[in-house]
Amino acid sequence: MTVTDAPKIVTSRLGYDDSHTLERYLATGGYEGLRKALSMTPEDVAKEVDAVSLLGRGGAGFPAGRKWSMLRKAPTSYLVVNGDESEPATFKDHLLIERDPHQLVEGVVIACYALQVTTAFIYIRGEFALGLERVTAAVNDAYGHGAIGRDIFGSGFSIDIVVHPGAGAYICGEETALLESLEGKRGFPRIKPPYFPAAIGLYGEPTVVNNVETLSNLPWVLSNGSAAFTALGEGRSTGTRLFALAGHVKNPGVYEVEMVKTTFRDLIYAPVLGGGIPGGRELKAFIPGGASAPWFGPDQVELPLGQDEVGAAGSMLGSGSVVVMDDSTCVVRAAWRITRFFWRESCGQCTPCREGSGWLEKILRRIEDGEGRESDLELLMDISDNLAPGVSWPPQQTTICVLGSSIPSSIASAIRMFRDEFLLHIKDGSCPQGPAPHG
Amino acid sequence: MTQSHLAPEVMARARDIVALYPHPRSALIPLCHLAQEQDGWLRPEAMAEIAELVGITPAEVLGTASFYDMLHTEEVGTYVVTLCTNIACMLRGAYELLHHAEESLGIRTGSTTADGVFTLEDAECLADCGRAPCLQVNHRFFGDVSPEGFDKIVDDLRAGRLADEVPHHGTLVRTERDGGLRVEAETITAERRATAAAMAERAATAAAASEAKANG
Repeated sequence: MTVTDAPKIVTSRLGYDDSHTLERYLATGGYEGLRKALSMTPEDVAKEVDAVSLLGRGGAGFPAGRKWSMLRKAPTSYLVVNGDESEPATFKDHLLIERDPHQLVEGVVIACYALQVTTAFIYIRGEFALGLERVTAAVNDAYGHGAIGRDIFGSGFSIDIVVHPGAGAYICGEETALLESLEGKRGFPRIKPPYFPAAIGLYGEPTVVNNVETLSNLPWVLSNGSAAFTALGEGRSTGTRLFALAGHVKNPGVYEVEMVKTTFRDLIYAPVLGGGIPGGRELKAFIPGGASAPWFGPDQVELPLGQDEVGAAGSMLGSGSVVVMDDSTCVVRAAWRITRFFWRESCGQCTPCREGSGWLEKILRRIEDGEGRESDLELLMDISDNLAPGVSWPPQQTTICVLGSSIPSSIASAIRMFRDEFLLHIKDGSCPQGPAPHG
Repeated sequence: MTQSHLAPEVMARARDIVALYPHPRSALIPLCHLAQEQDGWLRPEAMAEIAELVGITPAEVLGTASFYDMLHTEEVGTYVVTLCTNIACMLRGAYELLHHAEESLGIRTGSTTADGVFTLEDAECLADCGRAPCLQVNHRFFGDVSPEGFDKIVDDLRAGRLADEVPHHGTLVRTERDGGLRVEAETITAERRATAAAMAERAATAAAASEAKANG
């Protein structure tokens, strides 16, 4: 097991208690990346970001530079920051928002300069009350420091940043739903095409939507240059990435590690990272990239933490969250809980998702309650097929957004890996751990 | 002028928030949070005034607000206790904690104690999985919560020992925006005066032209 000595790009200040203050930020190289950017042309800044292959850190992994290049030229355009982190077991942006808000603000200003956008909205999930307070304070202080507002650092470039609270809805992490929510509406994802808000976005104007972690990388990229960034990682997966490790590990938490050079085994077992599974238990399965990702088993722990590598193995790095389940875990209950999540968070626009999620949840619950039928596994797969035809990876879509087609992932992989355990529940008429919890 | 439901200082903050956005409706969710800060929940009277402020109907405000978990269209307790039961917390005892919370508070999930102090909810992932099981009280985080830890939080809240950390329900952001591309009041007045003068001048010219035409 190896943990590379890659520099900390986005978590370098977290050792300080006052990492969220302007004083600490300035004392640790803060706003230097922005000064560097302002000394360059906007086109050169965009080229620099395109050159580092900064894959979006929100979940889809789309290269930030390419997304920027698609922004339609128009008199009015916007940058919107997606800080609506709600994917189950993903809690990395939470950390960046609360502990290093100036780094995010600096990233926003750099992006705005490169895109020549003059208004940015930072949409933060409403439950992050402290995060909202910290980012608001950071924006206030940055105005005072001359890093936002009119004529930033004497460059002639001006922008305004508005911090916007969400109000509790997972679906608002989907970028078009986020824009609807920001327009003061229900968080209903928009019909595609257009596939990218870069063509038609906020208020119908061209809009770039970037994730918090993606933008938090920019100050370092500008300060240290693209070569330093691409020296880390491998292939398209350059730099470092935050992984949120949760579930049955000794040290759950957020870890910044070098992409590709680090494996799931390192992340879960290295003493300085996850520290292994407590209580002398064994690994049963793990979810490599959020609730929408197909599960992996112990034989896949050697896989590197790279976007293409995990994609080729039939799942995704997604939002960078890894959930570890030890051998005491009831996989029926785990699959039920994830499905229950999708059922509660389906926005209700599309029938396959709205109805299918509920049916799947009910069937999984009855299996867990010991009332499953022999035909239930087939029924689960049949309903899944209506949500994502073929139940393959990557999933086919029958709904406006990918929430619907993501629902079968956990069910299909749980049944594939642990069919006997499902059948035992049905045959014995009970779960060894008792019926599904209410609530 | 009739008294508004939202207090004058709340109304002033509401107008400031509306002014931040290119389109007033964008202020809808922030204004709902603001109304909850005043009332603890989203009263119909408040929704009617929010509708006025952003230029839509009260039904549209309700229709939007009811989509969001954090906006309460029914009365809730002073402290809304939200326990996460999603996968990461479930693997570390969230449901056991939820059942303990129900017993300890004497209520079922989704309801409020008779004295109106606590509302208990179960939530989807709150993004604090490194400290699972976690909960929020009025959106302030508590992590690694054991059943004993839960009882202590409840006791501390009842005794007012967490008054600084946990404001009453509805108060979300206690830091107010004070920066921005602010324009001085005199500039606005001067620009308005200039615009009015220009409009008057155009009107006078047009009137003179049509008069000249009529006189042929």
